[in-house]
This record gives sequence, structure tokens and C-alpha cells, in this order.
Amino acid sequence: MFTLKAVNLGKVFGNRTVFSSINLELNTGDSVAIIGPNGSGKTTLIKLLINLIRPTTGKVSHFENSNRLDENDFRRSVSFVSPYLNLYDQLSGEENLKFFAAARGGNATGKEIETLLARVGLERRGLDLVSTYSTGMKQRLKYALALSNQPQFIFLDEPMSALDDNGKLIVSELIEELRPNCVIVIATNEKEEYALAREQCRLGQ
Amino acid sequence: MPENSAGLVSKATAVYVKDLRLELRSRVGLNAVFMFGLTTLAVVSFALGQASLSPKILGALFWIIIFFSAMSGLAQVFVREEEAQTALALRLNADPDAVFLGKLIFNFSLLIVMTAVITPLFFVFTDAPEAGALNFLIILALGVIDLCAATTLVAAIIAKASVKGALFAVLSFPILMPMLIALTLASDKILAGGSLSEVSGHLQFLTAYAIVMLTASVMLFKYVWQE
Repeated sequence: MFTLKAVNLGKVFGNRTVFSSINLELNTGDSVAIIGPNGSGKTTLIKLLINLIRPTTGKVSHFENSNRLDENDFRRSVSFVSPYLNLYDQLSGEENLKFFAAARGGNATGKEIETLLARVGLERRGLDLVSTYSTGMKQRLKYALALSNQPQFIFLDEPMSALDDNGKLIVSELIEELRPNCVIVIATNEKEEYALAREQCRLGQ
Repeated sequence: MPENSAGLVSKATAVYVKDLRLELRSRVGLNAVFMFGLTTLAVVSFALGQASLSPKILGALFWIIIFFSAMSGLAQVFVREEEAQTALALRLNADPDAVFLGKLIFNFSLLIVMTAVITPLFFVFTDAPEAGALNFLIILALGVIDLCAATTLVAAIIAKASVKGALFAVLSFPILMPMLIALTLASDKILAGGSLSEVSGHLQFLTAYAIVMLTASVMLFKYVWQE
């Protein structure tokens, strides 16, 4: 059982308080959609929950069976998909997946990579440079990377961004597959994406 | 460093190989250091004509060329990640120590290639005495290690700034100045025909400088790397 716990979380940029006093506790199997208008702090909250930025107040902790995960353990168990997270354009899809697996201390075999690419609809494009991919294909590759980590926590910022209908269907199926064994956090403005999560956390009220 | 040093080495190697592959495909860093180094060398060579320079001036000129050539290329290793917005994926997936180590080794490789081309050309164009060339190589090796150790962390600091190039040189210069002075003084004596024992004080300083800079960089990098 994995747990994400945020206590009294707040973030201030300069003179602007983005949000304050956010409390969240999510366990494996839970999924929450962070919703709110533009500028309400959805992306900031996601970055805080992944430890990408430091909170002004409060604390974020991640646990496995009540044992707090350190940075390295958390890195091994988290995946993130976002429009502003880019992969290496000058590497092929396969090279990207192999590199990130090696950077995490693992090793992705050719067969595993083929399976991952096929899962997101990128079969036969693995050897092409990412710079030749369309925006939607790059988004699919990010999902392949997210899956390669076998995540316990998955964070999705605008999960359907740039995807065609087939891509959206693939993502919906992936989320359903991951749901029983993952903590899922989704930041979105799109009403159709609200349904990907079981609970909602509204910002900017 | 994490307790699993074998894991750290393989992760750092992955970062290094990735950067090497990107560099060989884009040649941004190589082009920058070679364009600057060769242009400066050509200008110095034309300006000197047939004039014969003292070892003191030769040593200073050599390290000026190496310093500014290095400044034009060493920052690329982090600037590239920020400009392409790949730093976030790297932060999420790689241990900060592995990122630093991989990029340090990449910068070291870049400087080795640069000095391997520029140093012989410098000796040819400036008619520098070749008698102490072997001893000069030892000074050069220490200089390259010191440059990498001190500037890789600065490159990470300036990568998010808007005026990266200028800021890199401005921030690096005060940190590098003691090392550049020691390198220039040691090079002067070696080019004048001196032995290594005559510059042992400078060699000790340069070795200590590398150790201090590497230790400080490893300790501080994590805080610089995290937003």
C-alpha cells in the first residue's frame, strides 16, 4: 500500500498566494482530479506533490506501508506526464526509453520497449528521432515512459493534451489498468477528463 | 553520494553516453569551443607575426585562450537541457549525483578534445619552446580537471538565467581566478625550462583546488538542480 500525504500545503510566488492550507491523503487505488480555472495553481500543486518544487508552507510525504519513502525510492515509484515535460528530440523513441530506464538504474530490453511502444500505438516508429514525431506522438511516448517505470504514483497534467480519439482511448484504458495499483493524480480543465478520477479537488474557489 | 556506488556509476554512465550521443548529433558544444579556440589562436598568431614572446606572456596567452574557449562550450551541458525543456524529465528520473557526475565527465571529455587540438597548434603558431612539453602536459591535465570541477556547477546555476553566456563567464571568473593565476605562473616556469619540482607548490595548490571544488560541487549540486 502506497500513500501520498500533503499537510497544510501552501505556495506563494512573490506577493501572490497561489493556494494555502491544502490537505490531501491518497492511498493506492485512489484517484483525484485537481480542477480549477487557469492560474488557480493546478500545475504548481502537482509539482509540489512530486517534490519538483518546495512548498512555502506545509509538507508532502510519500509512504510505502507507513514507511516514508526517501527521494530515491520515490523517484523509482513515480511517473509524470505533462505537456511541458519534454523528451530528447535528438534521440529516437527507443533511445529515450532505454536512457531513462538506465538513468533510473534499470535496464529495458528491446522486447520490453517494443511492447511499451505498441501499447501506446507507436509500433514501427521506435527507431525514428523524436524530432520527427507529431505533438500527439510525443505525448504517447511520454505515456510509454510513464509505464516503463511501473509506477506506484502517477501524475498526469492535462492527460489528453494533443491526443487524437485513438490516443484518448488508449490513455483512458491505461488509467483503468493502473487504477487498482496506483495513486493517480490528474490536473485538468477539461470536463471530459474529470471522469478519469474518482474524486475531485477544486482550486481557486 | 548514495550508498550504492556501483549503481551510481552505471546511472552516471547513462547520462554521459546520452550527452555524448546528443553532442555528436548536434555538435553544439564542440562547434562553440573549436570556433572560439581556433579563432582566438589565429588572431594571436597573426598579431604576433615573427615576434618572440617570453614564457610569462606565452603561459598567460595560452590560459586566456583555454579559459574563454571553455566558457563558450562548457555551459551547454545544462543549458541544452533547460532550453529543450528536458531537464524536468531528467530531474524526475535520474539521481542528482548521477546527473552531476555524468555531466562532469562529459565536460571533461569536451575539454580533453579541445585541448588536444588547441595545445599543439598553440605551440606551432607561437613558437613556444617544446623542451618542457611533457611537464607542460601535466600542468595542462591539472588545469583541465580544475576547470571542469569548478565550472560544471556554475553551468547548472546559470542554465535557467536569461543571459546565460555572459553570466557563465562572470560567475566563473572569480572562482577560477586563483586557479588561473597558479596555472599561468606554473606554465611560465615550465615553458622557461624549469622542472616540476620548481612548481611543486602550484601543483599542490591545483590538486587541492580540484578536490575542494569537486567536493563542494557534489554537495551543492542537489540544491541547485532542484527548482
